[in-house]
Amino acid sequence: MTDKDYAAVRTEKAGPPIRVETPGAMNDAELHNDAEIVFDVVGLSVYYRDFQAVRDIDIPVRQKEITALIGPSGCGKSTILRCFNRMNDLIEEARVEGSVRFHGIDIYQEGVDPVELRRRVGMVFQKPNPFPKSIYDNVAFGPRVGGFRVNMDDLVEESLTRAALWEEVKDKLSESALALSGGQQQRLCIARAIATSPDVVLMDEPCSALDPIATLRIEELMQELKEDYTILIVTHNMQQAARVSDRTAFLTVDVNAVGQRTGYLVEFDTTDRIFTSPARPETEAYITGRFG
Amino acid sequence: MTAVGTEGAAVALDIHARTSTRRKVIDAFFKLFLWISLGIALGTLITILIDLITEGWPRLNPALITNMPSARPERAGIQSAIFGSLWVVGTTAAISIPTGVGAAIYLEEFAKRDRWYNRLIELNIQNLASVPSVVYGILGLAFIARGFLSLGFTVLTAALILTLVVLPTVVIASREALRAVPNSLRYGSLALGATEWETVYRQVLPAAVPGIATGTILSTSRALGESAPLLLVGALTFVTFNPDGFDSPYTVLPLAIFRFISEARIEFRPLAAAASVVLLFLLMGMNSLAIYVRSRYEKKLR
Repeated sequence: MTDKDYAAVRTEKAGPPIRVETPGAMNDAELHNDAEIVFDVVGLSVYYRDFQAVRDIDIPVRQKEITALIGPSGCGKSTILRCFNRMNDLIEEARVEGSVRFHGIDIYQEGVDPVELRRRVGMVFQKPNPFPKSIYDNVAFGPRVGGFRVNMDDLVEESLTRAALWEEVKDKLSESALALSGGQQQRLCIARAIATSPDVVLMDEPCSALDPIATLRIEELMQELKEDYTILIVTHNMQQAARVSDRTAFLTVDVNAVGQRTGYLVEFDTTDRIFTSPARPETEAYITGRFG
Repeated sequence: MTAVGTEGAAVALDIHARTSTRRKVIDAFFKLFLWISLGIALGTLITILIDLITEGWPRLNPALITNMPSARPERAGIQSAIFGSLWVVGTTAAISIPTGVGAAIYLEEFAKRDRWYNRLIELNIQNLASVPSVVYGILGLAFIARGFLSLGFTVLTAALILTLVVLPTVVIASREALRAVPNSLRYGSLALGATEWETVYRQVLPAAVPGIATGTILSTSRALGESAPLLLVGALTFVTFNPDGFDSPYTVLPLAIFRFISEARIEFRPLAAAASVVLLFLLMGMNSLAIYVRSRYEKKLR
């Protein structure tokens, strides 16, 4: 369900805002505020040429938690996500200001190798994008280019098991990954991302191209992966953020006189608080469907 | 048609009767037009083939390809021209495919579009593709056969000139194939910690192989039919032996055909027709190879 559908539903129902259940997320009290901060984003701005796409973002991402980025279309959620593994480097005119500290090291400082960084910060894309190769080769690609000296068969099995895909594909590892269903392809992409043993997995609207059942499976999988990985997820679906994440950053967008859109952070807090007692009126307006 | 759907079920049931006669006529006319176009293309090819086969029939026998050219029509064959063509086209492919694909990879995957020199190269390649091949022949005569390289009238000279002729099309075809590879594949690879080169070599290139192979084979087959640039660098010699190396004199099929036609004696005419049939079949062979390669790799990828 997109934000628009969601907004429509909420408008129809009008009346007191419905409390959104957050079964997957930990309660406030359970959240360890002393958990190590894996990624610390301070004063992050991203520019495309002269145009500022996002401004002054501060988000601390804690270890083994799921942090969600939500907000209306065009608020720069994906742009921010791509800063965590320096995928914005690939866009020639993109420029980043501020700092993104990964275990205390600014990943934009000189001497940081984006190739090395990406091995430790995996990414799952909006649309499943398996390589046109066998299922096995898809998973083995990252470790191979990374020069991993391991038993590849074991690593492939382990990664696929963790991505809850092993049982479905164990007899057809040499078949093309493109023959899998959309949901399976996305789990394969997750398996592929965790095969390089990253610390963090970035997910850019990982379920937006999937049906509700496949979406549910991915959400369950995220809960399991949280045991071992720190996860950052961009989602268009507020209910999904409420269901899966521990903390939520709500972003919105300013449109200036010439129609340029600059995203900024409104509020960052535990998911529970964002969805039940947000501090800012904009957040409340958004999550209750009155805006966006 | 416009009312369908707006007034509910009653109108929706009426869909059969609504398409106007005028639109049906246009539809039929357009189909007919497409069939005529196809007919003209196929008809021309078939007419040429039938005409050539009928005229060349008396000479379409094994002797045609086992005999060397001769001043006496009854003993003349085209063996040296077939081998010459294979040598020249083979060498052309060996030079032009790696350089052309390499240039395409640079332009498509690494070059920064906003640099003036990259835009200059792009513009030049587009222009070079439309330069008449005889111009390359003049260039080859001045700088390759004589002058700077002074390679003489050899297989290598011919191959280098034909490389100039086909290189722009090889580059353009390869770039098209690379461009058809979705960016999501590149991002997926880079996000896993592959370098740019690893991404190109292990993901993009394999995914582009069917397109590159088809494009390059079709461009190279153009070299098989070229005659104009080779006329200028001495291919029109009376060669009664097969080439035995890159520095060997040679002749090629199109020029052998040209020779037969320019002979005064009418007995050479069927020979020219027969040689043309051989040339056409070689060309079709290369094109079928391109189709085969494409379908084979596509099956592997799906």
